[in-house]
Amino acid sequence: MTARRRRWLAAGLEVTVPILVLVAWGLWSAGSNNYYYPPLTDILSTFADTWLFERVGSDVVPSLMRMGLGYGIAVLVGIGLGLLLGQSPRARRAAAPIVEFLRAIPPPALLPFAILVIGVDDSMKVFIIAFVCLWPILLNTIDGVTGIDPTLRETTRMYGIEGRERLWRVMLPAASPQIFAGMRTSLSLALILMVISEMVASTNGIGYFVLQSQRTFALPEMWSGILLLGILGYALNGAFVLIERRVLRWHRGAHASALS
Amino acid sequence: MLKVDHLGKTYGEGDTAVEAIGDLEFEVREKEFVCIVGPSGCGKTTLLKCISGLLAPSRGEVRLHDQRIDGPPERMALVFQEYGRSLYPWMSVRQNVAFPLRRKRHAKREAAELVERAVESVDLTGFLERYPWELSGGMQQRVAIARALAYQPEIMLMDEPFASVDAQTRADLEDLILEVRRQYGVTVVFVTHDIDESVYLGDRIVVLTPAPTQVQEMLDVELPDPRDQLETKELPEFTRLRAHVYRSIKRRGQAADREAVSEERPAAVGS
Repeated sequence: MTARRRRWLAAGLEVTVPILVLVAWGLWSAGSNNYYYPPLTDILSTFADTWLFERVGSDVVPSLMRMGLGYGIAVLVGIGLGLLLGQSPRARRAAAPIVEFLRAIPPPALLPFAILVIGVDDSMKVFIIAFVCLWPILLNTIDGVTGIDPTLRETTRMYGIEGRERLWRVMLPAASPQIFAGMRTSLSLALILMVISEMVASTNGIGYFVLQSQRTFALPEMWSGILLLGILGYALNGAFVLIERRVLRWHRGAHASALS
Repeated sequence: MLKVDHLGKTYGEGDTAVEAIGDLEFEVREKEFVCIVGPSGCGKTTLLKCISGLLAPSRGEVRLHDQRIDGPPERMALVFQEYGRSLYPWMSVRQNVAFPLRRKRHAKREAAELVERAVESVDLTGFLERYPWELSGGMQQRVAIARALAYQPEIMLMDEPFASVDAQTRADLEDLILEVRRQYGVTVVFVTHDIDESVYLGDRIVVLTPAPTQVQEMLDVELPDPRDQLETKELPEFTRLRAHVYRSIKRRGQAADREAVSEERPAAVGS
């Protein structure tokens, strides 16, 4: 089998298997009277009624805004702090116990505190999302900076490259493969925390909608919300991978040539 | 122009201290090509790092134009053995060569000309927009050399720069470095463990002893310029010099071994 054919087969599997699963689900649930597992067709028509595009403005947009803002803050703070700590062994030692303690706290445990102190508005949700997403990005950035090749460091020193130049054009790109790995982990955390925070205290959002549907026994609606979250997570990850491939093109190239 | 003055370097302290460089003293004159050769583990890299200001010596000092070196000087460039790890993989060839020039505050056009001239002198003009990892090992080292040249150093340090390329590429790079050295009129301090290479390239050879390193011998190389891979290496003088350096290193190595055995402890080996 040629490499080309193998690739086509792999791509074909990626498309056909999910379709087969959907068809199987559709057949199995067709004419279902089971209250908890409504027919797939019901779920899909509810999905179309709900999310195309009636509740986009009222629930999807607020959810994505919270998630985007929380994630964005985590990215900025994580990379900034990571670059700082990565360059100073002393600061790293001093910060280590605090970082390890804070990141060990199971995130939902912070919800009662956040509601009490910040309130039930958007900033509480943004805080929770940012807080949780921060750690993987921070730790990976520190790893990336401390792992920069000594020869590359010496080259940079030899040519008198310092300060901002060194930070933006050497440290940041050199650490970017690890930074992206952290950002990817945090992206799925952001989605999870978005849903959880909306289930606890909210008046809108996708998480709120799923819980509310369940409480009002609107099972097809609940299912449609779950479906939407799955699709969102898939799409976000896909978009992330596309960006990562573009930005880290040099890394894949260098890696491939090092192995050959 | 460059003076290594009673230089010494000891790693660690107390019982675990390793004396890499004992007491080194030599001078490098303007526009000279000095090869530093010695047995492996004799502290050649340590010496270059002290000269370049990347490493602080434990004793003595290195002076460039009578100024003590306590950090990488602006008039000095260093070419590493590990070319693959000294180029920035996220920058194209052009960006790699141009990047250190920002420190020099040239006008934009002037900087671009420096970059293009340097890349041309190492025959890589067609590869300006390529990335280092798209190039072969020898070409990557040429990029590193171009970067050093564009920086317009008075003195260029090279740390076994051709040790990890194949023999043919190595011969080409040796001729290339002699050619660009003529073009740029730069002083070169070239560290190598290859005796043939040191004789072929150098105006002068500094032979080092095993650690703790001292200068074993200094030799003037009186071979006609320009040098040629075939003709120069066929000259009786070339053969005589390489045999001389070889014996010089070997004799000292054996003496060190005997000394180590008689004292019933392993010989100290620096890096």
